[in-house]
Amino acid sequence: MSVIPSAPDPFAHDRGGPAQPLLSVSGLYKHFPVRKAGGKKQVVRAVDGVDFNVLKGETLGIVGESGCGKSTTAKLLMGLIERDSGTLLYDGQAVGERAMPWRSYRRQVQMVFQDSYASLNPRMTVEQSIAFGPKVNGVPGREAVERARALLARVGLEPKRFAGRYPHEISGGQRQRVNIARSLALEPRLVLLDEAVSALDKSVEAQVLNLLLDLKAEFGLTYIFISHDLNVVRFISDRVMVMYLGRVSEIGPSDTVLDAPAHPYTEALLASMPSLDPDNRTQVALLQGDPPNPIDPPRGCRFHPRCGLAEPICGDKEPPLDAVGPLHRVACLARQPSSGHSAAPARALAA
Amino acid sequence: MNAPITASAMALDGGVLAPSDVAPEAAFVPSRGFWGHVGHRLVRDPVAMGAGALILLIVVIAILAPWITPMDPYKGSMLRRLKHVGDATYWLGSDELGRDMISRLMLGARLSLFIGVTPVLIAFVIGSAIGILAGYVGGWLNTILMRTIDVFFAFPSVLLAIALSGALGAGIFNSIVSLTCVFVPQIARVAESVTTGIRKRDYIDAAKLSGASPLTIMRVQVLGNVVGPIFVYATSLISVSMILASGLSFLGLGVRPPEPEWGLMLNTLRTAIYANPVVAALPGVCIFVVSIAFNLFSDGLRAAMEIRQ
Repeated sequence: MSVIPSAPDPFAHDRGGPAQPLLSVSGLYKHFPVRKAGGKKQVVRAVDGVDFNVLKGETLGIVGESGCGKSTTAKLLMGLIERDSGTLLYDGQAVGERAMPWRSYRRQVQMVFQDSYASLNPRMTVEQSIAFGPKVNGVPGREAVERARALLARVGLEPKRFAGRYPHEISGGQRQRVNIARSLALEPRLVLLDEAVSALDKSVEAQVLNLLLDLKAEFGLTYIFISHDLNVVRFISDRVMVMYLGRVSEIGPSDTVLDAPAHPYTEALLASMPSLDPDNRTQVALLQGDPPNPIDPPRGCRFHPRCGLAEPICGDKEPPLDAVGPLHRVACLARQPSSGHSAAPARALAA
Repeated sequence: MNAPITASAMALDGGVLAPSDVAPEAAFVPSRGFWGHVGHRLVRDPVAMGAGALILLIVVIAILAPWITPMDPYKGSMLRRLKHVGDATYWLGSDELGRDMISRLMLGARLSLFIGVTPVLIAFVIGSAIGILAGYVGGWLNTILMRTIDVFFAFPSVLLAIALSGALGAGIFNSIVSLTCVFVPQIARVAESVTTGIRKRDYIDAAKLSGASPLTIMRVQVLGNVVGPIFVYATSLISVSMILASGLSFLGLGVRPPEPEWGLMLNTLRTAIYANPVVAALPGVCIFVVSIAFNLFSDGLRAAMEIRQ
């Protein structure tokens, strides 16, 4: 029974059963038009054909360099920017169609932003910010406020002390707790955390991560966790998706992807992580230079200009995202049988 | 994930919410809030407070004028024209028809303030609405609204006020209408730029995600953040408005004789400028002082609102 009164909401409950992905994304494209000096119209291929599933109850980590399309993907998933093409299936139902308009989808899917300060209205108290969502969804004012206080208590902020405060009167970690409480106020099933802990101190970050895990268990949430911090992603994620220049380069269980990466880009990302062991310091950067310009991405595999395994075929053929192991898919010709790459394995995996 | 949220949280909360006999608000640590901070800083600004006190004094005089004027402001005397300031009967002298200046200035404050402040107030409401709508919705609506407003900017505001007043005809109501038309574009421009500045903030996105309608977001999330800067700008326009209103009356497009209004008094007294320059300048001094007071107050308000965002 939901606290939020409305017509019976079929999406508040599990429709498709446990095997049905909670969110299924396919063929997601977003190109931003830019005008170059010559007056020729060009586009930034921010998200260029992304497919993935988010399974029920899991945490899917999304990693990648700055500008790889992580945040654009997040905004597309939330409908904050319009997608050029692609389908979103929420629990088996296409989002944006009559059976599931954006309005009812958004009640199920909420987001926590990176900048804890910018994501709270500076003129509203903490409890007003949290109560806003329930209020606009028809919860009577007093009930919404009580609910906000209960959520504040749940995220570890004593309502007596914090409910009436303004965002500038509390610390960054406390603000992010408030943001988490707000995202939970509509009782979502999927929470999208876009660099939600990246701006916090390490000690506060750990507390907030633990809070996120507790909340997930308590409310049966599913997380999409976007971050550039591989350690954090390893800690919190069940599966990891690696993005490069607007495309998925590798996706799989986090142990597999982060311990035995199949894509050379993932390898390079992992190798660029600073090591705590003084005998094992990285001296040379494995990734040279910046990622190529997303206005004019390289032909073929987008990673081939920076890749150690690159062969001529990589510049011609775009690698599909194919299975290389259980639940593990990689977009790299060197890992795919009969791709034409000399390092390709001999036979197809018996899947 | 339904009922447990409230139930478990209540338990964790240590029963703070449970006793219904205690008003929950009483238990909360009060926070001054934004406007509380602004007020706190404003009262410690001596210049702004001085200007505010002066404005208040003039407003009180204007309201009470019919009962406190020392003499009848309409009753002239052909024998006692253009008395000097400091006259035993006419404390601030008398005008070209022998009417008591101080009484006329006190009563004139009513009309001068009224036709100075009213257009700004109306323009504040209309201009904010247009600006917030254009800034929040953006896109083609922004282009249409703001380009239309740009047309008004092509004319100097004095010229525009005179042209509109001239076209509508003389009278208090018409001069208020024409001044409103002068100020709406200016306020809308400011409102649009502040709104555009906050439209991309994450909290607006978060509000969209909660399923709120654009109107609700504008009212609840945007308005509170933009009303301050717009209000400051509007208060700074009051002095301009008073001067323009006086100007219209001076040209015979606003208030008509024998009603006392500072701009009109300045006009009628201009014939006496060689005979009695001090008395002739008095209405101008009043306009000057009130305008400065509004500007200083608006400056203080702006400074008081410069709290970290």
